[in-house]
Amino acid sequence: MAKIKTLADLKKIRDEAQAKIKLRVQGEEPGKLVQIKVSMATCGIASGAKETMNYLIEELEHQGIDAVVTQTGCMGYCFAEPTIELSIPGKEPVIYGHVGKERAREIIEKHIKRGELVDGIIPVNYKTIDE
Amino acid sequence: MADYKMHVLVCGGTGCKSSESEVIRNNFQKYVNEHGLSNEVQIVTTGCFGFCEKGPIVKILPDNTFYTRVTPKDVWEITEEHLVKGRKVKHLLYKDPKSEHLVSDAKGMDFYKKQIRIALRNCGFINPENIEEYIARDGYAALGSCLSEKTPEEVIRVIKDSGLRGRGGGGFPTGLKWEITRKAEGNRKYVVCNADEGDPGAFMDRSILEGDPHSVIEAMAICGFCVGADKGLVYIRAEYPLAIERLRTAIGQAKEYGLLGTDILGTGFDFDIELRYGAGAFVCGEETALIHSMEGKRGEPTVKPPFPAESGYLGKPTNVNNVETFANIPVIIQKGAAWFSSIGTEKSKGTKVFALAGNINNVGLIEVPMGTTLREIIYDIGGGIKDGREFKAVQTGGPSGGCLTKEFLDVPIDYDNLLKAGSMMGSGGMIVMDESNCMVSIARFYLEFTLDESCGKCTPCRIGNKRLHEILDKITSGNGTREDLERLRMLANVIKDTSLCGLGQTSPNPVLSTLDNFMDEYLAHVDEHKCPAGQCKKLLHYSIDEEKCTGCTLCFRNCPVGAISGEKRGPHYIDQSLCIKCGVCFEKCKFGAVLIR
Repeated sequence: MAKIKTLADLKKIRDEAQAKIKLRVQGEEPGKLVQIKVSMATCGIASGAKETMNYLIEELEHQGIDAVVTQTGCMGYCFAEPTIELSIPGKEPVIYGHVGKERAREIIEKHIKRGELVDGIIPVNYKTIDE
Repeated sequence: MADYKMHVLVCGGTGCKSSESEVIRNNFQKYVNEHGLSNEVQIVTTGCFGFCEKGPIVKILPDNTFYTRVTPKDVWEITEEHLVKGRKVKHLLYKDPKSEHLVSDAKGMDFYKKQIRIALRNCGFINPENIEEYIARDGYAALGSCLSEKTPEEVIRVIKDSGLRGRGGGGFPTGLKWEITRKAEGNRKYVVCNADEGDPGAFMDRSILEGDPHSVIEAMAICGFCVGADKGLVYIRAEYPLAIERLRTAIGQAKEYGLLGTDILGTGFDFDIELRYGAGAFVCGEETALIHSMEGKRGEPTVKPPFPAESGYLGKPTNVNNVETFANIPVIIQKGAAWFSSIGTEKSKGTKVFALAGNINNVGLIEVPMGTTLREIIYDIGGGIKDGREFKAVQTGGPSGGCLTKEFLDVPIDYDNLLKAGSMMGSGGMIVMDESNCMVSIARFYLEFTLDESCGKCTPCRIGNKRLHEILDKITSGNGTREDLERLRMLANVIKDTSLCGLGQTSPNPVLSTLDNFMDEYLAHVDEHKCPAGQCKKLLHYSIDEEKCTGCTLCFRNCPVGAISGEKRGPHYIDQSLCIKCGVCFEKCKFGAVLIR
């Protein structure tokens, strides 16, 4: 390890290191960021949810959009896998079905960046015990 | 390079480690590797999360899931369910005791809601053995800005304006101390970190050193810059092996990165830190004794003045601060004096870390703003008294402090209010006691501690405390008289007035404070030979209710000394001359026939 010789060096290391723990910092405050839950049960994984999730993480990172992408269990929409739930701070969460790479790209471009809804929304038709 | 999508934080504090958190960590790594997820899931060992009652703690991010009481066996399930399928393992989540709801976000727990974590900001968040994670949290940026943008006077002004006071217990203004050391004359000066945490039940400093050692290193360097020292020494007790190990690792990394050593950040400032190990003597937490111990002499205190700031280690001006005090410094420099002084009360600024222990539901490490009331700490954060019993008192300030009773529950806690209430801040140990604790025994326990720890140099402390202890022993054995109570108080005051150092001067405090607040308990012991809490064994009297006794012989068979006799299916009796009051008969009896008086 080369020694840190200046304040600028220190800042450079800080920025690099920050990227490594960004996930932790953001994970602590999920309510403030765009949050995407990818349904990753057996049906989801078999339909390519893993690829969708990886694509979402990489693309958001690439575009510099702060978001928390987590996996979740089966949402019950096995006919429409891979499914994702997108929550934008201050708005009701929206569930998308059949999210392959192409639709994922569209969701990032339109919904996350411009707030326009995209095809493939599954209306929520159940209640949880918390309600 | 691995591109982690999930971080698993496993608590590596001493508490969780003793509950096999290391095995948990290793199991995680093993299962993650088996699932081919080693490039996606990062396993991180962190410092203490504070919620020791529910340890070992495992936190998963970005899902923000807080698992409690995890055992090595649970790791497989967490890996299979959570890491692979994204389903939370419900039975390991925290259950709110009041609403019975499951809470997975730590911020939703009463234990964390009222806390503000400044000194503990990185504990349970970063890997203490990785300097880059500390740097990522703006670590060493405060040192950088001090060295390159500020003069020592400016930095001292910030610390003074912040209102930070010594967290070791004395409450001396930190900025003022730095200024005195700066102005003291000497060709060489030293910065000392007092990590000789000795109060029974206190583990604040240990947790900071284990969870965020770099914050202390950075602050010591800043202090060195301000007072004009190029050498720092950490006096740490050898019985804190994990803290020592982490601190050594951290110092090594800081040197490697050029953040300690010569010409730091190209500013020409040199600073180096060495460790000095203490053998665990309580008195060595007193700064003059600490310095003598570091010099290789006996750990005995000397009269102040001269204060260490004028003549300390090797006769040179020495600035001694406590671990928690140092941990606050980098944040104050970065966020400013105004920010820090907006937290807390008029004369006590910022936060204080407390180690909650005793008969309380949520044992652990907490950090709250000064001015928080005892009620909030005990009932909201601490979750109330164990088994729904009645609160009796809380002991603060360790063996030098005193007891605070019910009437002080709503007093905002700060240095001055605690002194007014007859106790002291101390280093931050809080031992909660309920109706099952005998206050005379508590006073005796603390005195036993000071008795062991007295260095023996001055007579009042060496002999006076011994006599005090004998009187308390007499009272708890049921042989005390009213005159003994008078003598207790008189002797306690003499010791207080005439002892050489802080240890002796404060050693009778637990006695005086219990005498003031719990005279009725002392009187019950003396007049009626009874212990209201039922803790003083020698005052207990076990007997068997003949009418309830069925003659099942269970007590007879379990009595370790053969004090119980009687016919099968007939009433049994206890021979008082043989009974050792162990209570086994009471525990074993299924019919409630054994009576305790």
